[in-house]
This record gives sequence, C-alpha cells and structure tokens, in this order.
Amino acid sequence: MAGFLARRLLSYVVLVAVAASLAYLLAAVALDPRSNYADRTPKPPPGVVDAQLTALNLNDKTPLLQRYAVWAGGVVRGDFGKTVTGASVNDDLARRMGVTFRLILLGLVFGSLLGVAVGAYAAVRQYGWFDRLSAGLSFLVLAVPVVVLANMLILLASWANDNLFGTQVFLVSGEYTGGLEAGFWGQLLDRLQHLVLPTVSLSLGLTAVFSRYQRNMMLDVLGADFLRTAMAKGLSRRRALVTHGLRTALIPVVTYFAFTFGVLLTGATFTEKIFGWHGLGEQLINSIFTNDVNTVAAISLLAAVAVLFAALAADLLHAALDPRVRA
Amino acid sequence: MTLSGEELAEEAVRDVAPPSRLRVVTRRFFASTQGRIGFAVLALMFLLAFAGPLFTPWSYTDKDFTAFMQPPSATHWFGTLQTGSDVFAVTLRGMQKSLVVGLLAALVSTALAALVGAFAGYFSGWTDRWLSWVTDLLLVLPAFLILAIMSPLFGAGQWVLFVVMLALFLWMVTSKIVRGMTISLKQREYIQAARFMGVPPVRIIARHVLPNLSSLLIVDATLNVSAAILTETSLSYFGFGIQPPDVSFGTLIADGSRTAVYAPWTFWFVAGLLVVTVLAVNLVGDALRDAFDPGAKGRR
Amino acid sequence: MTPVLQVTDLTVSFGDVRAVRGVSLEVSRGEVLGVVGESGSGKSVTAAAVMGLLPPGARVGGSVRLHGKELLGAPERELTALRGKTVSMVFQDPLSALTPVYRVGDQIAEAVRVHRRVGKEAAAVRAVELLDLVGIPRPGERAAAFPHEFSGGMRQRVMIAMAIANDPDVIICDEPTTALDVTIQAQVLEVLKKAQRETGAAIVLITHDLGVVAGFADRVLVMYAGRPVEVGSVDDIFYRPRMPYTVGLLASLPRIDRGERQPLVPIEGNPPAPGALPPGCPFAPRCPLHVEACDEGEPPLFEVGPGQRAACIRWEEVRPWAPGQRTGDETGLWPAGRHAGEEARPWAAGRHAGEAGRARARGRHEAGARPLRTVLEVENLVKEYPLMRGAVFKHRVGTVHAVAGVSFDLREGETLGLVGESGSGKTTTLMQILELAAPQEGRVTVLGRDTARLGRADSTAIRRDMQVVFQDPLASLDPRMTVHDIVAEPLRAHGLPASGRRVAELLTLVGLDPSHAARYPQDFSGGQRQRVAIARALALEPRLLVLDEPVSALDVSIRAGVINLLASLKARLGLSYLFVAHDLAVVRHIADRVAVMHLGKIAEIGQVDAVYDAPAHPYTQSLLSAIPVPDPARERTRTRILLEGDLPSPADPPSGCRFRTRCPKFRSELTDEEREACVTVEPEVLPVGADQGAACHYAERRDVVRPGGIVR
Repeated sequence: MAGFLARRLLSYVVLVAVAASLAYLLAAVALDPRSNYADRTPKPPPGVVDAQLTALNLNDKTPLLQRYAVWAGGVVRGDFGKTVTGASVNDDLARRMGVTFRLILLGLVFGSLLGVAVGAYAAVRQYGWFDRLSAGLSFLVLAVPVVVLANMLILLASWANDNLFGTQVFLVSGEYTGGLEAGFWGQLLDRLQHLVLPTVSLSLGLTAVFSRYQRNMMLDVLGADFLRTAMAKGLSRRRALVTHGLRTALIPVVTYFAFTFGVLLTGATFTEKIFGWHGLGEQLINSIFTNDVNTVAAISLLAAVAVLFAALAADLLHAALDPRVRA
Repeated sequence: MTLSGEELAEEAVRDVAPPSRLRVVTRRFFASTQGRIGFAVLALMFLLAFAGPLFTPWSYTDKDFTAFMQPPSATHWFGTLQTGSDVFAVTLRGMQKSLVVGLLAALVSTALAALVGAFAGYFSGWTDRWLSWVTDLLLVLPAFLILAIMSPLFGAGQWVLFVVMLALFLWMVTSKIVRGMTISLKQREYIQAARFMGVPPVRIIARHVLPNLSSLLIVDATLNVSAAILTETSLSYFGFGIQPPDVSFGTLIADGSRTAVYAPWTFWFVAGLLVVTVLAVNLVGDALRDAFDPGAKGRR
Repeated sequence: MTPVLQVTDLTVSFGDVRAVRGVSLEVSRGEVLGVVGESGSGKSVTAAAVMGLLPPGARVGGSVRLHGKELLGAPERELTALRGKTVSMVFQDPLSALTPVYRVGDQIAEAVRVHRRVGKEAAAVRAVELLDLVGIPRPGERAAAFPHEFSGGMRQRVMIAMAIANDPDVIICDEPTTALDVTIQAQVLEVLKKAQRETGAAIVLITHDLGVVAGFADRVLVMYAGRPVEVGSVDDIFYRPRMPYTVGLLASLPRIDRGERQPLVPIEGNPPAPGALPPGCPFAPRCPLHVEACDEGEPPLFEVGPGQRAACIRWEEVRPWAPGQRTGDETGLWPAGRHAGEEARPWAAGRHAGEAGRARARGRHEAGARPLRTVLEVENLVKEYPLMRGAVFKHRVGTVHAVAGVSFDLREGETLGLVGESGSGKTTTLMQILELAAPQEGRVTVLGRDTARLGRADSTAIRRDMQVVFQDPLASLDPRMTVHDIVAEPLRAHGLPASGRRVAELLTLVGLDPSHAARYPQDFSGGQRQRVAIARALALEPRLLVLDEPVSALDVSIRAGVINLLASLKARLGLSYLFVAHDLAVVRHIADRVAVMHLGKIAEIGQVDAVYDAPAHPYTQSLLSAIPVPDPARERTRTRILLEGDLPSPADPPSGCRFRTRCPKFRSELTDEEREACVTVEPEVLPVGADQGAACHYAERRDVVRPGGIVR
C-alpha cells in the first residue's frame, strides 16, 4: 500500500517535471520579454535592458539550456523566479491562489449540489416533464461558451441595474470595491455583490454537467437489484431511493467533484478574466500577453500538480466511500 | 446434400442482402425528435455558412464607408461594425471557419484516440505503459496555455496547424475510454475465439475491436465537434486562435462583446448562431448515441 | 386448509407484450410450491407482480390475495407494511441484490427495524442471530463485513436471513440457487428448509431446474409462454405428466443417475417470443402430438386427476417418456395403455437423437480399451496469478495457485470431461492449453508438439487443428459480423478460400438453414447461436475441439439438441473433445472419461461410468450426492453428503490434502492418526480401478447417486 503510494507519487513527480519543463522551454522560445521594453518612452539603452533581463533570467542572449538550468534549480529549491516586473512569482501566485479559491469554492459547491439534486430527481421521474425540461436546459447551457455566458450575464446585470433596481446591485468587475469603508457587514455585502455574477457564470455550467452525470448514475442504480431488495424488505420507495439508491449513486459524482476542483484551480480563466478577478486563471492570460516566461512555467507546473492531485484525491475519496474499491 | 441443394444455398447466400446496420441506425436516428431537429438545424447552419454569402452583395472584406456601426437594415441585414464591415457577411465567414475547424479537429482527435487507445489496450505491457504515459502527459499539460503560447505560429493561412494542435489536446479522455473498453473487449469471448483461431493482432483490432467501438467513436467525434468549436471560440476570444484578417466566431464575439451594450447587433447575432450550432451538434450526438444503443436511452 | 397466498388469473403486460397471461396459484402454510419454466416463461414477472415490485409501465390484472386480503390496487402504504413482514423474497443474484456500500449486518437490521419498534442495538443482535441461523460461521464478526467480502453462497444465506427476519408467512424464492455451485446449492437448499421449519412459512420456489423441484417442492406448477400449462403434486408432474411440454422437459434432461447412454430427446424449435405467440396452444408448433384442433384456441387447464390439471386437449393420450427398453420400469409408473406404440409415446427418438445414439454406440470406449494416439497431454501443469487488491492502490497481497500440478491426457476420438466448481482451476487449465505458450511449470503437449518449443508458424499450424467453443454463444460471436463472415473467419485467417458453398456446408452440418448465412447473431436463438459457434470451430476440420461449458448458457429444452449434435459430430468426424463443465449430468452424458478438479488439483480421474457409479474420492462423492435428480421418490430417499463451508481460497490452500478442510471423511470417519497423513502429505492420483484414479489417502469407492451404499 505505502509502496504503491510512493510509486504513484514518483510517477506524478516525473509527469509534473516533464510537463513543467516542456512548458518552460516552449514559453522561453515563443515569448519575447525583450519586446516589453520596446514601447517604453524613453527607450532604455540596450545595455540596461540586457542587464535587467539577465537579472530576471529572461535574457534571450543567454543560451536556452543555461536559462533552463537556472530556472529548474530555483524550482527545485521552491523558487519560481521573478515576474517581468521583478516581483516574486511565488508571492504573486500565492495571493492569486487565494482569490481563485474564494471564487471557485462557492461556484463549485453551489453548482454541484444543484446539479445532483436536479439529476437525481430527473432520473426518478424519467421522461417526465422535469426530466425533459432539465435535459433541455442543460443542453442549452452546455452549448453556451463561458465567454458568451459571462458577457451575457454582464449585459443582463447592467440592464437590470439600470432598469429594475436603479442602483448598482450586481457589481461586474473585481473582487471588492477598493477603499470602501463600510464596516464588516458593508464589506461583506460588497464582496457578495461582486461574487454573484461570477458564481452564477461558474455554477450554471457545472449544474448542467453534474445533473447529466448524476442522472445517469441514478438511472443505473434505479434498475439495480439491491433497490428491489430494499423495497422487498418493506422500505417505502422514497426511503429506498434515498438511503440505498442515492447513497450508492453519489459515489462517482463525489469523485468527479474532487477532480473538477483541481481542474478549476487554473481553469476558471474566462470567468476570472471577464469579471476582473485577479486569480490564477487571469494571470495565465496576462502572463502570455506580458511575455512573462517564469509565470507561465509556474502556472503550468501548478496546473499539472493540481490535476494530478485532484485525480489522486478523487481516487482516495472513491476508496473512502466505496468499500468495494477499498478492499 | 445434393449439388443442386448446395448451389441453391449459395444462391440464397448471395441473394439475401445483409440487413444494413447503417440503415437501422439511420432509421432510429430520424425517429427521434431531437435527432431530426438537430440534423435539420445543423444542415441549415451549413447551408447558411456556405451558400449564404451568395445572397448578399457584401463580402467579409468589404467595408461600407457610408455606414459605421449601423443597426440592421435592408442593405446590411445584421447591421455593420465600427469599421463598416457587414455583420452578416463577416458572421458567415466566421461561421465557415469555425465549422471547418470544428469538424476537422474532431475527426483528427477521434482517429488519434481510437488508434492510441486500441493499441494501448490490446497490447498491454510496454506499449500500453508508453502510450498511457504520453496520454497522461498531454492531460497534465495546460492545453490552453500551450495553444496560447503557440498562437503566433498560427498566423495568416496557418489555420491547419491550429486544427492539428487543437486536436492534439482533445483526444486524451476518449483514448482512455477506448483503452478501457478495449481491455474489456479483449476478455470477450469472440475476441478470444479469434485469437485462438490464429487471427493476427492488428487484424483483430481492425476487424473486431474498432468496429465494436464504432458507436462510441462516432458519438465521440460528434461531441468533439462542439468541443472543438467552443475551444476555438475561447482561444480566438483572447486573440490566441484564428488570426486576423481571418475571422471566426471567437474573434467576432470578442469584438462584439465590447460594443454589445450600445450596439447589440454586433454581439447577439454571432453569439446566437454559435449557441444554436453547438446545440444542434450536441443534439445530433445525443440522438446518435441513442440510435446506436437503444438500451441506454437518454444517457449521460 | 385455507391458502396463505392465492393468485387468481394474474395478467401482466408491458406495452403490447403480455408477459403473464392468466396465472392462478395458491400455496398454504408450510407448503412448497415449485414454479418451473424456461427463460421468458413469465415466472419471475409473476413473482414481482405478487410482491408489487413490477417496474413502472407494467399493467397488472387479476387478483393476488394474501390471507384473503386483496393486494392488487391496495395503497402503497399497506403494501410496504406487508413486504418483508408477511411476504418476503429471495432473489437470484445475491451480489447485486445487496446494497454494496452497507454492512450486511446493518442491512439485515434494517429489515428488522422497518417493521418493528426495536432499538438499533436490539436489531443488530437480531441480525447476528439470523446470520447464525442461516449457518454463517462467526456471525458476530461477519455482520460487520460488506457484501463483496462474502462468497456467493454466503450472500444467498444473507438474503435468506433478511427474508426470514420478520417470520413471514410466505417466502418467494426467485431462482435462489441458479448462480451457485452444486455443493453450495445443496447447502443453501438445506438452509431454506431450515428457514421454513423455523418460520412455518409457505414457500414459492421459482426455478428452471427440475431436479431442485423434485427434492424440495410439494406441488409443482409448470409455466410456458406466460401461462401455467400443468399443475399438480410433485409425483404427478414427474411420473404422470399430462402436458407434452412437461414430458418433453423431463425427457430432454441429461441425468446423473442413468448409466445407459440413451440419446436425449430435445424439444424441437424454440419457446415463442412473448410478443408473437402462435394462435391456439402456444406449445403447438413444438409439440409432437400437434393436431389441427390445437391451433383453434388456447386450451384451458383440464382437470386430469385429483389436484392435477393440464392444458392440453389430448391429455388423455399423453404418456411420460420412458427411456429405451425400460418401458415397464422399476417404478412401474409406465401405464400399459391402449395407446402403446408411436402414438402414445410422443418423444420417440427423432432423427438426430437416433443418429446420436448410434454414434455413441460406436464412439464410446470401454474402460481399459482406450485408443492409442494421444492428441493432448498435460503434465504437472502449474499456473499462478498474483493476487491483487484494491482498485485505487493496486497492490499484490499474495499468489493465487489457480492450477497446482494437473496431469491428464486425451486420446484420439475420446471425450474428456473436466469438471469442478467455480474456482477449481478448470478454466485456467483450459486457457493455458489454448494459449499455446510455455506453461509456468510442467508441460503441455498438443497434437504431439510441446508448447514450450513452438515457433509462430508451428502455433498457427496447431491452431488449425485445435478449435474452441465457448460458453456464451452470444458473447463468442462478434455481433457486428454476419454468420457467413463468422464461419468464414477461421478459413480466411489461415488463408483458405471462404466460399459461400463451404459455409453453407458447415451450417448444414450443424443443422442450420444455410440461407441464414446473411443474418446476424442476434437474429438467432441461443441454441442456434451455439450451433454457429460449433460450425465456426469445425470450419478448419480440426482434430481437437476444446469446449468451455458449451451448453450451460442454454435453456433446458434446447440443451439436449446441442448435446446430441456434439455427440453425433464427434462420431462422424472422429473428433476429440476436451469438455469443460460444471454440470456433472451433462458430462456423464457426453464424456468417455472424466477428471474432477478441486482447488487446482485433480481429485479423481477415470472412465466416466466407473467414476459416477463408484466415486472413490470424498470430493467426487459429495459433488455427485449434491446434484438433485429429477425423480421425487429417489430424492426423498437420498441422503446428501453435505460439505461444510466454501471452497478455500486458492491463494491460501490448506496444507497436505487440499480438500481436508471440507472433507466429510476427514471430519467424521478418520482417526487422528489417519488424519495426520491428510494434514501433512499431499495425495497423488493413484489408481483405484481399471481406469480410475483418486487423489485421496483413504480412497474408497461408493455409490452416492443411487441409494445402495458402498460398492466395494
């Protein structure tokens, strides 16, 4: 058991190392930090630019492998290097991770709970009006890309703010209003106002996915013999469905929940970018625009780690919930 | 058995046309409402994208310097952009690109998934270990980031490369499913029977494994079309996909969302067509799944 | 006595398909009613309808009365209160019938708590009591286990414990032993009997196995195409059947207690699909007594004797089929009637059967006169698997000794039956032979070639001469290929021309219509599919045919036809069969020699009649004694040698003799000094007769099928 865990972790380390290295090399070749200095007025002298780039380990005149060695050496010590502006990548990403975490937690919990409820009910009433309606709606939601959905939400919210409320109820940009002095409750309200739209944008898609998934799992269980046994014992249909059916059907969905969390950590790109939350996903796009090689590599590494550990957590959770897997 | 009897039998064998599976699936597909709607809408979208430009005097490169940012009218059916481009013409052009990119990427990625998955699953051991490792690596790499970094390479006219790269990041999950199914198929008695009969492995994959996964693969290819279109749109939205002067749904939506508040026609037409297209593709995929497997109704 | 459960004219339909068409039955306190029928006869649907557990969309008509109280249309609340309390059910597949994520103790306790106001503690105590009652060792400990940690037999005991938790008045058992091995089946049937004694409940036993019914039921109801076709006391049904279908079922059974090799008499054709019933009597198309009047209307159940009813307009002419010469046989039940001769004996051996009988006469070899040429030789074959645990963290926890030194040989023209329960290693042995790879230990010689020294071309050549037929014909035929392509595949694989004529020839050979070559496997019935699989195996004119449970997936009435076909093909084409099966009756019928496997070793091997009539190994003895015989009188007088517990894990076999932990002889007959050898020394197969050997230190031949005791 321990040996197997060790072997699996080792294979993860190899995968992460290869993935991050590939990302670094690709970014170092394709991105051009030098061009950042080209637009500055007054134009800095080439010597100064070179010195600055070298200090950041971004100088394209240094051989690629040498830059890679410096970067890899830093990573092994836990230092992801400097951003193009000279700040520490570690500090920047740590702060952003907190932002992303606050954003996705609510959306994921909200979306998955709603999805599970909708899916389970749709399965029990298969081919009923609720099943059809939920199927239709989730199809529709899944056909709307996040970029469109987020923009639509913003348009709707600003229309509602102007025409329905007459005041700014939904705040469409950022995590909180800077410099607001309104006490604890005021701050909380402000944060909530900022949170509503991105949470809706995140959880709508998740609800659609989770409801389809849960519906399938539930349908599998609905035909299962053990549900018939539970009813033959004298349990009412409702009780058999909840205690025996839902409990069993939830296992794969909970597993999927863990996995989604890992993916979203760097995957809430569009929601973050469009709603102006300064999280990891937003930085992913910004770093490419600003030719920030070190940040790109660090986020790649983070994403790889997140995905792998989400997969591991999903497996562990599965084992915890299902005695058949545990054995 | 007499000779005439044998001849008769052979005659009979030749005469009875095998009941075509294709026909059965087609019949079941069109028997479902969502299959019919999905197919009709998708056909309409293709018609619109490729035949539509013939009906408008404006080409997507034309600029009407008399009409900047005008709402829909008789001359400009969908209105015009800030640059004076005709929204209708530009939208159709973007749709063409998005549809072609989606179709090709889905085809390439499904083919890749089928081959890698079937070989990994059938030849366990080192073949499996290597192929699975590569699959895992691509899963772990942030696809969006890699595609974005490589976007400068997809300059004008290089959209085929973009399609290939898109496909490269779409096949892994399907491949894992194919691998798992191949492993269980390998235990199936008809594959074992073929093995013990002396049929070579590659032939078993070609004649038994892949045909028996065909329904999965076809459905997957369909759903990959919408996945590819959505990914393309998202990438292009940030300027990492299709590069100007070419346009696609993504670039148009990016531009449109900025002006949507005061010029809704620049956003809603494109967004609406995109949603309808993806919806139609998904409907077709879902109906196909049901048509292939009548037992698993309304799955997923 | 007033019946506890009374079903009158029950009908169930799903859409247009009428699955149950007028079933009436009643069962009294302490009585066992056997409901017999093939798959699709509507017997399980009847059970579900009585329990009120039909899937939504089913339409039910008629009446179901429990203690005189109508259940159909009763409010769900009342039904819920009755289910599990007054009427309970035991299902077929005990693995899927238990919720995988709860402990078995909790699941039983739940059944108690649903109906009684008892605390958690008390219910848990009751659950342990019940587990003890159904014979689960260390019940206190095992109550905390999950269903997947139990063996099939143990799970079925849990199901029974759950069913009797509230002292029900009626227990409905839906194929309770079908998924189990014979020795476990005997144990579970004992538990059911005990449960009935404890609760005094009426039992409705639904099964397709006439043997189980003969030993267990008081009355029998035979179902066909959704309807009862004959009902009566168990003796009436078995000795005085008046419905040709019942007669046919009995005649098509291979029997463990019949040494004389009579060909089986299959029922022609297939059971009708419930959606497309023939007009008139649904059995008419398959019935040898069919006359025009049969097609005019469905016959009602005629009163044919005291308490016996049969649905046949010619019931007066129907006589039980008597094998061969035994017309006035020892039971004296063959009525010497007016209708002697062909007319009165509907199941006179048909063309196929007669052929098979002659073939058998030629093909069978007496002990000591075995053919000389060896086609397959297995010496000390060993195969071990790593035992892996955990789906998430797969890790090796031990070694499964699946095959631990097995030796046998198969001569040209011979049939060797390889029998054993699940986990005995018979399938592993077969796969090792089929793989044509060097075995882990020991030696496999196929057609004179050692598999350890085969090049690619050699193994291709051997594959041509050795073909295989698998258990499930639907699984062994690629559903995407036409029958023509399936049969032609081996020809193509070996570069031979695959002409339509050759395929037609092969299909004719196995008794199929060659014009069906363009169809797909799903268009055929189970028996026909198995014929296609046999045709494919014969395409290359092999010398050795490996048959892996070729008839166990088929319905009783169809099985006989395939067995006869195999017997006649063997005689006509001079084939050798390695016949792997768990059904000892089938093996007795078809094999010349038999090898009994237990836990990866051969327990007994020898000429088939010698082994069956006087088995020498205690395992063979208990195995044979566990098999129910479709003969109620004989079943009543038989004493079973019951094995205790399950097959030990092949990952941790006992020291010395691998059977000693279950051995009745070891347990009750041997002295402590004698036991010493069993514990320390692993027995070799030693001869105990002309062509009979047993791996037991204290082998002793005795007859266990027919009461009569020790032979020698």
